[in-house]
Amino acid sequence: MGTTQSSIGRRMATTLYRRPRLRLGLLLALPALWLVGVYGGSLASLLLNSFYAVDPFGGNVVRRLTLETWRRVFTDANLASATRTITMAASVTVASLGVGFPLAYYIARYTRGRIKTTLILATIVPLWSSYLVRVYSWKLLLAAEGVVAWFFDRLGMGALLDTALRLPVIGGPSLSTSSLGQFVVFTYIWLPYMILPIQAAVERVPRSMLEASADLGASPATTFRRVTWPLAIPGVAAGSIFTFSLTLGDYIIPTVIGDSSPFLGYAIYSQQGVAGDLPMAAALAFIPVVVMALYLTGARKLGAFEAL
Amino acid sequence: MRKAGWGLKTMSVAALAYLHLPILFVFLYAFTTEDASFTFPPPGYTTRWFAVAAANSDIRQALSLSLTVAAAATFIALILGTLAAGAVWRTRFFGRETLSLFIVLPIALPGIITGIALRSAISITGMSFSFWTLVIGHATFCVAVAYNNVIARMRRVSPNLIEASADLGATGWQTFRHVLLPQLGSAIVTGGMLAFALSFDEIIVTTFTAGNQQTLPIWIFSSLVRPRNRPVTNVVALLVVVITFIPIVLSQRFAAKAEQV
Repeated sequence: MGTTQSSIGRRMATTLYRRPRLRLGLLLALPALWLVGVYGGSLASLLLNSFYAVDPFGGNVVRRLTLETWRRVFTDANLASATRTITMAASVTVASLGVGFPLAYYIARYTRGRIKTTLILATIVPLWSSYLVRVYSWKLLLAAEGVVAWFFDRLGMGALLDTALRLPVIGGPSLSTSSLGQFVVFTYIWLPYMILPIQAAVERVPRSMLEASADLGASPATTFRRVTWPLAIPGVAAGSIFTFSLTLGDYIIPTVIGDSSPFLGYAIYSQQGVAGDLPMAAALAFIPVVVMALYLTGARKLGAFEAL
Repeated sequence: MRKAGWGLKTMSVAALAYLHLPILFVFLYAFTTEDASFTFPPPGYTTRWFAVAAANSDIRQALSLSLTVAAAATFIALILGTLAAGAVWRTRFFGRETLSLFIVLPIALPGIITGIALRSAISITGMSFSFWTLVIGHATFCVAVAYNNVIARMRRVSPNLIEASADLGATGWQTFRHVLLPQLGSAIVTGGMLAFALSFDEIIVTTFTAGNQQTLPIWIFSSLVRPRNRPVTNVVALLVVVITFIPIVLSQRFAAKAEQV
């Protein structure tokens, strides 16, 4: 019995070894079916859905191809929320760069061994863990009676905070219900995605190049501007892909923090949920995809894909 | 190595504080006696909310659903991710780049697009939203994590080992069991832990693929939108942080150890 089994096993092993196509097919069948079939099919069905429309009387999705939904996408309200979302995504990207670059540079250039590992871990953990709880923590911090307001008061800068909150567009009754607060939370959430690629890019700058630059009489500032920064740009571009695209699609942060002015992600979410207009939600979902595709084309020119 | 200037040090410390301090306040607020507002500093401290949370059957059900979904999704993702890595490893075939693209797409695209795409497909097929649609959604974005970890390790396994094992008369299964698996083992475990953490606190794809099931993140989100029992929400938030933090730190240690070998 044992010998029969093992000889069958051996024959199978031989067959698989001799027929790499068969082996490949067996390995490939399930993942390809799931990802290309189910997931790819889902993306295709999303596109298909955007060419359906909701029956204005019954409220049901009518499965007949039409451009009706796409015609309704380009309304002033949708364009306004697209503009707001893209502005926020761009501001968040710039702020993440400003806050993240020094830390990334410090880790790459001035640490090694255990300290470097620990600092990188400290950047990775927030990236993987508890997205929702991390958003929620700012609800506590930014509340009118919360931690941030308390610190501003203690430092004697309560008036400064109040002035900022009285500003048009970015202000609001409290930080927790203002665009300013929303911006702080977006930056906080996506910051690690900016730090890691920059750190990796700066890490790859050869030390000999910096020494050569110094030997040729460049000041540290010049070396940074002419050597380090140009070589860090692919990392910056890679990081910005994440900070930009993740902000485009997010609807959790605008729901929890901010003045409830509509964002693209939230518009998609509420069209699908509250309004029950899946075709509209599907069409809106293609706005971030198109914006991102344009952005990726630009980022690719800057060498972002080599830095990932 | 030169010393960093104080300006750079200050900015680095500030960035680290920005990344890590906020979550600590969630821990602090889990013990506050104030139950209606977010007054800082808390007027007093108590541990009673932990008992209230433990006694809440909604929370217990949500916790067990989140754990089951994460376990099932991780299991499926590990199988699919390892198979896909095995196919891509050392083989060139038509559609190889497409497959790699489709593996990372679910986590590269914003969650809302993956979520709504799956929802639209599920509604077109007429399937009802259930535990299984949740698992399908979660497994889809977890495959990338499993795949990335396994393929990175496979690239360092010498193909000679496999051929030597076959030459010595091992069957495919024996080669897999005694040669390949020991090499890939820790990468599979690392990928599994990350996938579990990713699935456990995922909210966006979850919202779109759930029927009326409540996972822990959905419970938290609904109590944020309609504020109710705030201190209990803090306790649940703390629980989510702890449950995701442990596998992530463990997996990073595993990965660091594998690097050294």
